[in-house]
Amino acid sequence: MSRIYRVLACVVVLAGLAACSGTDSSKSAEPSSPAAAPDARKVDAGTAATLKGKVVLEGTAPENPIIKMASDPACGNAEVRGESYLVDNGALENVFVHIKDGLGNKYIFDTPTEPVKLDQKSCHYVPHVVGVRVTQPLEISNSDSTLHNVHGMPETNREFNFGQVIAGIKNTVSFTAPEVMIPFKCDVHSWMNAYIGVVSHPYFAVTDKAGTFELKTVPPGTYTIEAWHEKLGRQTQSVTLGEKDSKEITFTFKVQ
Amino acid sequence: MHHRYAQFVVLCTVLLIAAGGLVTSTGSGLSVPDWPTTYGWNMFTFPMSKWVGGIRYEHSHRLIASTVGFLTIILAIWTWKIEPRRWVRRLGFTALGAVILQGLLGGLTVMFFLPPAISIGHASLAQLFFCLTVTMATVTSSTWRNTVDPVDDQMLRRVATVTTVLIYVQIIVGATMRHNDAGLAIPDFPLAFGHVLPPDWNARIAIHFAHRIGAVVVSLGILATAGHIFYHHPRRMELTRPAFALLFLVAMQVTLGAFVIWSGKNPAINTAHVVNGALVLGTSLMLTLRCHRIGFERLVQPIRTPAVSGWDLPQGSGHRHGARP
Repeated sequence: MSRIYRVLACVVVLAGLAACSGTDSSKSAEPSSPAAAPDARKVDAGTAATLKGKVVLEGTAPENPIIKMASDPACGNAEVRGESYLVDNGALENVFVHIKDGLGNKYIFDTPTEPVKLDQKSCHYVPHVVGVRVTQPLEISNSDSTLHNVHGMPETNREFNFGQVIAGIKNTVSFTAPEVMIPFKCDVHSWMNAYIGVVSHPYFAVTDKAGTFELKTVPPGTYTIEAWHEKLGRQTQSVTLGEKDSKEITFTFKVQ
Repeated sequence: MHHRYAQFVVLCTVLLIAAGGLVTSTGSGLSVPDWPTTYGWNMFTFPMSKWVGGIRYEHSHRLIASTVGFLTIILAIWTWKIEPRRWVRRLGFTALGAVILQGLLGGLTVMFFLPPAISIGHASLAQLFFCLTVTMATVTSSTWRNTVDPVDDQMLRRVATVTTVLIYVQIIVGATMRHNDAGLAIPDFPLAFGHVLPPDWNARIAIHFAHRIGAVVVSLGILATAGHIFYHHPRRMELTRPAFALLFLVAMQVTLGAFVIWSGKNPAINTAHVVNGALVLGTSLMLTLRCHRIGFERLVQPIRTPAVSGWDLPQGSGHRHGARP
């Protein structure tokens, strides 16, 4: 019988080792955004440019799936549609647009202390897509009479999952490294999801109902602009902005 | 009574595996973010009005797991009190240790956001614990105790043992597939992307395909075991009955596996596939134990002989016979 117990001990040790190997060290480490160069400076508003644009969808967008919220009476029995494809006359809403490359570490940007707000209302995240700066507070609130869990699933930053049991409760989180995008979900209500774009500079926007965006006070230079959509993926464009320029670009996503 | 209770623990463990399967199939594993508390409440006082959405599955799983843990404590103590075989008494406490470790793994996987390694460990240990309860129920049964002429067939012992081990390995491969979200990595069945072999490979496709190959291997193992029993031991009901059950269960398992893919991983079908997989393993283990019955007989070492009077003892024991005290 002692042989059986030796085998069992080995199984337990192996299970323990497997469990330890499952913790991804990259997720628990504290990542950081690139440090500014010694000669880094603030952006000169007098010479800065403006980049405007529009995101359009070519083709017919797939129908958003019907969401049945009957699993929680507090969410209501109404059947609503998902929010993945919000298209109005070809204009695509909820696309996150940001400067992906080109700023380097030449500039210093003050980090806003005012929190970006993300609410849970009628068992939906409002807004569905939002941007936040590195280390800027993100205030997550629950306006519903039911409970939610807030599960952030970053790849680079630290993963988290906490509960918000009562209406009116607020929690604040922040992120230590740029990451576009971080999915958020509520595991209680499987249809609830949101996407957070974390960037180290102020040049980002989310397209409105008209599919438009605007990046203001961009220093002159050549940049890679990225547009991200939760179903249609990413597109990039290279743009050169001169002093006091005002340019317009268009991103076109296609569906089959 | 003790055997009936052991059977009841097996039944509750099947229910627990079903609840765990539902948690994974519905993606509810993190719907309760804290452990061992539930949204700050004591697990047992969490209000039923708040059992909504994914919480219903995860919280039910925790409560059933606690119940099975409690039942296992009783089983271990009861076995210790009444069971004369030392190895069976130890088995009871081994089951208790396994269920405690299983609870800890369940908590760890929640706190570390379901890392595949811990979740696979949790799923694999669940089946080991189930095997322990099945063993307890098998070796405490009257069929086991009253066998006077156990089958002595070395080939059968080997085939049955290998088949049971293969089933367990297949279940671990299945758990690895589930917890790496590879259940639909090959979206068609019985072909793979319209071919016999997948035209493209990555880790998820490989683990999914390994599970399909495993299904073929396990089915062959079960056919070999059952075929051997029907050919060589057709009158041994203690072997033919579980062999028939095994054939039925493995056919059901392959069918459910196909429907998992055709339904796009419907949670109910997915869970039925997990539960039926456990039943295949449990049945094969029971059959294997019965094939090894003759070896166990030699291992029986009663150390708690009941107090007897001289006339109860066998002849040649040095006591007087026939004379009541």
